[in-house]
Amino acid sequence: MDINDFRSLITVLGLLCFLGIVGWAYSRGSKKGFDEAANLPFAEDDDSVPGQSSRPR
Amino acid sequence: MSETQTTYNYKVVRQFAVMTVIWGIVGMLVGVIIAAELVWPEMFSAILPELAPYLSYGRLRPLHTNAVIFAFGGCALFATSYYCVQRTSHARIFCDKLAAFTFWGWQLVILLAAISLPLGITAGKEYAELEWPIDILITLVWVAYAVVFFGTIAKRTVSHIYVANWFFGSMILAVALLHLVNSAAIPVTFLKSYSAYAGVQDAMVQWWYGHNAVGFFLTAGFLGMMYYFVPKQAGRPVYSYRLSVVHFWALIFTYMWAGPHHLHYTALPDWTQSIGMIFSLILLAPSWGGMINGIMTLSGAWHKLRDDPVLKFLITSLSFYGMSTFEGPMMSVKTVNALSHYTDWTVGHVHSGALGWVAMVSIGSLYYLLPRLFGRQEMYSVKLMTVHFWIATIGVVLYIASTWISGVMQGLMWRAVNADGTLTYSFVESVKGSYPFWTIRFIGGVLFLSGMFIMAYNMFKTIAAGKSEDAPVLAAAAHHA
Repeated sequence: MDINDFRSLITVLGLLCFLGIVGWAYSRGSKKGFDEAANLPFAEDDDSVPGQSSRPR
Repeated sequence: MSETQTTYNYKVVRQFAVMTVIWGIVGMLVGVIIAAELVWPEMFSAILPELAPYLSYGRLRPLHTNAVIFAFGGCALFATSYYCVQRTSHARIFCDKLAAFTFWGWQLVILLAAISLPLGITAGKEYAELEWPIDILITLVWVAYAVVFFGTIAKRTVSHIYVANWFFGSMILAVALLHLVNSAAIPVTFLKSYSAYAGVQDAMVQWWYGHNAVGFFLTAGFLGMMYYFVPKQAGRPVYSYRLSVVHFWALIFTYMWAGPHHLHYTALPDWTQSIGMIFSLILLAPSWGGMINGIMTLSGAWHKLRDDPVLKFLITSLSFYGMSTFEGPMMSVKTVNALSHYTDWTVGHVHSGALGWVAMVSIGSLYYLLPRLFGRQEMYSVKLMTVHFWIATIGVVLYIASTWISGVMQGLMWRAVNADGTLTYSFVESVKGSYPFWTIRFIGGVLFLSGMFIMAYNMFKTIAAGKSEDAPVLAAAAHHA
């Protein structure tokens, strides 16, 4: 295989990999895990500032 | 021993947080001095003739960039990443001694930069001017940083790695790669080395480094800051975690290719320039993904913006991030670049990002951190935080508006030709035309710097009234252990 074919292949694989990530991120299966992760900063109540509450969803 | 095992290491966060403010003042002061030198070039020859060579624009300019990027920005990144990674991993930092080494090692790097650059000891690469012995020290500190950061992630007691840590982690890895490749050099003496690359390859490696220093050090790292402190201060989780994942990987896939836009119309092959331009245009999407995600996190809680100066800083920083990541792709278009390159427009663009985005998001994060680190309910004066916000905002606007105008003016004057093909203006005419704008730029810088002094006063008052000796290290989540 010519080096330039290899370069093109890597570019196409890179794009497919990214599209795979997009598909995975927006798949229904990843929703629960993402929700858990998004609430990690709120796992502990460290907010002593009055008038400010952490409201994990 | 078990006592320290169940607390977070806030000491290293405190050290880096305080030094962020100190180095911010030093770096921005040097910036104000060189801005003054543009308006009054004979300033130091008149008042300090013996020191004038060491304080000349050429010597102080790299000191300014290194101090604000690596001293101010670097300390802010260390402080916030160490805080965020511990709190979202529910684990004390990995290896306290190594974390302490990163603090003292980084301060030594900054000190050596402050000595060597005014002495004219430089490798001559923009944003990588430090000579090879200092480069080796940077490498050691950075490897220690990676070990501490990823070690903390490895010992986390939760299953997920929070998205902010992905951004911090990518910053650490990418900066390690950039530093190693771009600083490769042949040492000739203890204080002089020459780049391992030659000609246009050297230029391309330099701007691959230079642009990714912006992309990873000044963007990915500070997005990590945004992803922790905006949700915390807004009191609600990030607007879309999915978007954060997608725009993270989009940034990673595209940033590495954008460097050639710094070398339009040079000896760099045309196709390389075009690739750089195209990837810079694509970068608009992931950049705005991050901005939208940050700003929308506040949706439904916009009223908090009215009286919360921390949120004012954070959300304004995102607005500047959005503006400069629109401006950047536009300036990477070859025809626009033909006008903008080598003019003050570039300088204005950089400062819209550096002051508006990087500094403001750091300041907002620090105002969130400082009371928590020193056992206080809030900063000594919330009013002074608001004063700081407005002074800083007016300062940035004056700075970028004046450099936009002078930049476009310079670009138009340099390209103007008479009917017979001769240049309409001599270079010095464009310099004369720039003076009023350089004065406004100096005033903008003075305002931004004044804000930092207000912050330092507020910080030391907060520390003095706080309990810095018996540190308010919150008990780590024992129930997770």
